[in-house]
Amino acid sequence: MNWLNHLILLPVVLPLLSGAALVLFNERHHHLKFLINFISTFIVLATACWLFHFTDTEGWPDGIGVYLAANWAAPFGIVLLADRLAALMLLLTAILATAALVYSYSRWSRLGIHFHSLFQFLLMGINGAFLTGDLFNLFVFFEVMLAASYGLVLHGYNVTRIRAGMQYIVVNLMSSFFFLIGIALIYAASGTLNMADLASRIAGLTDADRMLLETGIAILAVAFLTKSAMWPLGFWLPTTYTAACPPVTAMLVLMTKIGVYIILRLWLLLFSDAAGDSAGFGGNVLLFGGMLTLAFGAIGLLASQESGRMAGYSAVISSGTLLAAVGYGQPALISAALFYLLSSTLALAAFVLLIELIDRIRTPAASMLALTMEAFAIDDASKPESAGVAIPAAMAFLGLTFAACALIMAGLPPLSGFIAKFSIFATLLNENNQQLHSPFSWVLLILIIVSGLAAIIALMRFGVRTFWSTSAVPPRLQITEAAPISVLLALCVTMTIAAGPLHGYLQRVAADLHQPQLYIDRVISSPVTTIASGEYTQ
Amino acid sequence: MEAVLALAIGILFSCGVWLMLRPRSFQVIIGLLLLSYAVNLFIFIMGRLSVNKPPLTLDGEIIDPSLYADPLPQALVLTAIVIGFATTALYLVVLLGSRGLTGTDHVDGKEKDTE
Repeated sequence: MNWLNHLILLPVVLPLLSGAALVLFNERHHHLKFLINFISTFIVLATACWLFHFTDTEGWPDGIGVYLAANWAAPFGIVLLADRLAALMLLLTAILATAALVYSYSRWSRLGIHFHSLFQFLLMGINGAFLTGDLFNLFVFFEVMLAASYGLVLHGYNVTRIRAGMQYIVVNLMSSFFFLIGIALIYAASGTLNMADLASRIAGLTDADRMLLETGIAILAVAFLTKSAMWPLGFWLPTTYTAACPPVTAMLVLMTKIGVYIILRLWLLLFSDAAGDSAGFGGNVLLFGGMLTLAFGAIGLLASQESGRMAGYSAVISSGTLLAAVGYGQPALISAALFYLLSSTLALAAFVLLIELIDRIRTPAASMLALTMEAFAIDDASKPESAGVAIPAAMAFLGLTFAACALIMAGLPPLSGFIAKFSIFATLLNENNQQLHSPFSWVLLILIIVSGLAAIIALMRFGVRTFWSTSAVPPRLQITEAAPISVLLALCVTMTIAAGPLHGYLQRVAADLHQPQLYIDRVISSPVTTIASGEYTQ
Repeated sequence: MEAVLALAIGILFSCGVWLMLRPRSFQVIIGLLLLSYAVNLFIFIMGRLSVNKPPLTLDGEIIDPSLYADPLPQALVLTAIVIGFATTALYLVVLLGSRGLTGTDHVDGKEKDTE
């Protein structure tokens, strides 16, 4: 069964290869490029499904598959590993990527050059960040992801995008420097960059080294918290979301969740109860930072008129809720937070794809891209409407999907957003859990409710102005644009219906995260593959 | 030697931060470059300073680690240099694009309103 381990590497290697291959094709062959991109993304999706299934059915011991790069034993070589959480995030990435890609087919991917290559490199970086078990390797995958995202934010080069892109690049370069300083300090204090090895060494550090390590972790956290847009590090987010083209924004929505993922993974691994004096280090920063982010997001959402900024501030709210919930470090709350993560990411991605279609009601569709088309003279750009079939009842479709997005984002019944928030509340108010009982739980509760209220007010105002205005003209929608949104929302509906089994799964994920010893043992004790000399001759 | 290096990194860092906060995109990119030098030096000295110690180990015999420099930060700093260089070059392209499209080198893409 050893070859199965190599499948862990597939979500990283395949996008790398197909992204590189796509560079070779001229933009004129955009159908072919789209096809290659789609096949590659689809194989990644299939692999993610398989990993999701395999890690949960204990295909590997403890549900953790370890891949030793170049067959070096754990603390010395680079480790990639797939556990339940990583598999879940890979699946979410693959679903969003497929949706964004299909959406981009009819016009956005033809706006500029190398969209498909950059898209595949972005996928490679994101998947790598989820799978890696080594801090420096994480940095490399982050940079791959960021470099691709710089290109994608600038995709369809116009003044707005270049202004937003410049700030986005500088903010992320700065956070990369913080990342590097953090890594250097951690290495200086502990002598290792392997996450599992690091976690096993923390308890035994001397006081001087411990201080150095905690400084390093705090500096490292600045980098991740910038990605996950914690106040006051998240001012770049709404501007970038507004400027980038919709399929890219859908991927950016996911990228804020990567910051949250890394915090979940690293923080729970390094500062578990086994970490001695360092246990729970920085939890309050996450909790209060998350609350402030929530408040900031709610105020920003109420103040914004533009749909793009509304999406941006909704992402800020979602990050804030997640950070605050993670800050408690309680398994029950983390499974609820993961449910919220899935539901809010899917709904937000659907929303950012949707608002571009809704904007066509407000502005005549044809003039929309005139500005961006100038920069790159592509042959097919002159007839972007040619592909795909227009769907009937466009207004009804837009209205219904908008209502569904709004319900999920505001957390109102009957869709998955409500279940997510309800399970967070239920855990916070649980009588039996003493550690969750503090005045701050009430503050968090009120903040979540207020932010939901802010979301529903802002979204209703937007919806009323758009759909009930007398000048609304039904826009022409293509099936490739409507289908991804429908699929994303259908997944949210499925999450609502299958909330029970999903919660069971997420509880197993959270339980895994709270047993860091399993993770450490699996990585450190992973045997290198010894190939008997006889096997070559067979 | 420690004091000199620490001072050098500190000066590079503070100059970089100051330049980062300036309004012209050219100043920002020089600031980014200085910061990346400071960070790279910082990573490098995390392997502890030493003189006349090779970073590579010979195989086949049991060796005394105190005779060798730590090779890992040196490998890390090489990677960091390459990545930092590439992303800064990318920023340079965007900077030129912004200058061309907006006609100004202000980081906001427009001049501050003159009152």
